[in-house]
Amino acid sequence: MAGVQVSDVSRSFGAHKALDDVSIDFADGGFYALLGPSGSGKTTLLRQIAGFDFPDSGRISIGGESVERVPVEKRRIGMVFQNYALFPNMSVADNVAFGLSVRGEAKAVIATEVQRALDLVQLGKLGGRRPHQLSGGQRQRVALARAIVTKPRVLLLDEPLGALDKALRVDMQIELKRIQREIGITTIFVTHDQEEALTMSDRIGILRDGRLVQEGPPEEIYDRPRSEFAATFLGDANIFRGDTTGNGIRLQDGTAIAAGAGATLAAGAKASCAVRPERIRIGTDAGAVDSDANMLKGQVSKRIFAGNNSTYFVERAGQTLKVIVQNTGADRLAEGQDVVLRWSPESTVLIAAT
Amino acid sequence: MAAQSATASRSGLRSALPLLAPAYIWLTVAIFLPLSAMVFFSFMTDLPLSGKPWAFTLGNYAAFFSQSLYLTLLLASLRLGLEVTLWCIVIGYPAAYVLAKVLKGRSREAIFLLVILPFWSNGLVRIFSWAMVLREGGILDTALNAVLPFKINIDLMYSYPAVIIGLVHSYVPYMVLTCYLTLQAIDDSLIEAGRSLGATRLQVLKRVIIPLSMPGLVAGAALIFVPVVGSFMEPRILGGRTGTFYGTVIEDQFVAVFNWPLGAALSFILLAVVLVILAIASPVLRRAA
Repeated sequence: MAGVQVSDVSRSFGAHKALDDVSIDFADGGFYALLGPSGSGKTTLLRQIAGFDFPDSGRISIGGESVERVPVEKRRIGMVFQNYALFPNMSVADNVAFGLSVRGEAKAVIATEVQRALDLVQLGKLGGRRPHQLSGGQRQRVALARAIVTKPRVLLLDEPLGALDKALRVDMQIELKRIQREIGITTIFVTHDQEEALTMSDRIGILRDGRLVQEGPPEEIYDRPRSEFAATFLGDANIFRGDTTGNGIRLQDGTAIAAGAGATLAAGAKASCAVRPERIRIGTDAGAVDSDANMLKGQVSKRIFAGNNSTYFVERAGQTLKVIVQNTGADRLAEGQDVVLRWSPESTVLIAAT
Repeated sequence: MAAQSATASRSGLRSALPLLAPAYIWLTVAIFLPLSAMVFFSFMTDLPLSGKPWAFTLGNYAAFFSQSLYLTLLLASLRLGLEVTLWCIVIGYPAAYVLAKVLKGRSREAIFLLVILPFWSNGLVRIFSWAMVLREGGILDTALNAVLPFKINIDLMYSYPAVIIGLVHSYVPYMVLTCYLTLQAIDDSLIEAGRSLGATRLQVLKRVIIPLSMPGLVAGAALIFVPVVGSFMEPRILGGRTGTFYGTVIEDQFVAVFNWPLGAALSFILLAVVLVILAIASPVLRRAA
């Protein structure tokens, strides 16, 4: 078990910069998600850590040992592939045994370790099956057992749940988290699914165009995004753009929006404010003036009912704002209705314009 | 349920008939009928064509067993088939691997074309080109002597190695093609998975790639072994006096001695032996594949 340090790593494929000076510190025993849209470099970064590909510049170390020029087979990592990559010519038990067997472990040792790994992923009785006789979720578990049976220093997962259907994916998320806690292995997890990243990881790194946009615990990134991209890619956000007033912004029409969090900026600079849809209160009473709250007037253009909550789309000065309201039994608003939106400055994040 | 699927397969067969018919009619006319005639000939004392009297006999088959020469030649031909097949694997498999797993795009197409090229050249031209290369004072001899500081004599013409070289050249594309197809179907992530588990490239090759490409190796071996055992052109032209094999003896019966019944009988003995070998080998090969 060991932490992983990535320092100033760059990697280009021809003219395309897949990774541009990325530094990120994966602490020992943590569960990290690398999140980003396709082409953001997250898989390239994982492949650098795995050793399938070497960086053009920068350093990578696992457990304090420099590995950026060490080939994958010598890095003592475990990897789970998107398509599982189980060996079709071997039984489940032989698949799991592969890593121990190429290392030349004794047969008896291999047998006990394989059984223990299969038990851990709750497939103890399926060792004799062939991969093609298993369901997608079972293959996933075999791939995981195969990756951890060698006691690797770090576990790398490349969109491991991407090929599973929704219900199974949620099961596997819980299962994966349980196993990770049980063996306490440093885990780096590549995904483009923001919900998966939020629910599973201790820390998230958001990548875009080969650069690390923001890194931190899920709560921090969600509550205090440092860029419009981070705000909109991880969760939903209403973005207001204007000029900074020091502790907020002034929109083009003169409306002031106060921000209680985020960057400190010199007055006059271009900036944005981000507000999460669930932080906004929606109502019809224009009367009561709450001096602390940000307030905007608009008109409901659309309502989407999703059972436990409703999403309102509110038109305001050419901008569509999104508001999510929990289903508390209160009166629902109709489409076309004039409404007042209120939210606190603490729910508003000031972001420097990029 | 079973009845249902039986009906389904029967109606499937009926609709497939128009597609199957041309091939099977052609095979019947072009192969089965002449072959049947040959079976018939192999039991005759003489050809009925020349108007000479003839009778049915088992003598042609008995000749194989009464003269040890035939058995010796058959064994030599089987050895030849085995050796050529092995060389084709040694040369063809790595080439197929590089084509399927290392090269991409234009360079793959170019190298592929070079592999196919022997297929498109005339067999006789190919063999006589080898004769130019292999004989004393030929291209290989001259080239080596031009480079090496000492004098050596390279005269491979009319030798067993010459026969092997010619046959391997003719048949190696089969091995490259069959292996290429199976190797290409192997997902690259299997190689990466193997290496991530600590296996060297060689261990991945031995434990994953070769077992998974076994069907291609077996198909290639069968495609090469069978015709090489009966080959006569390469042994005759490149082997000269040393190039007497089972295939050349059969050819002699048809072309020189004009003893078609004996030639036919020897052919069918060869066919039977090859079938027996394939039958014995098939469970082993199927397990490996």
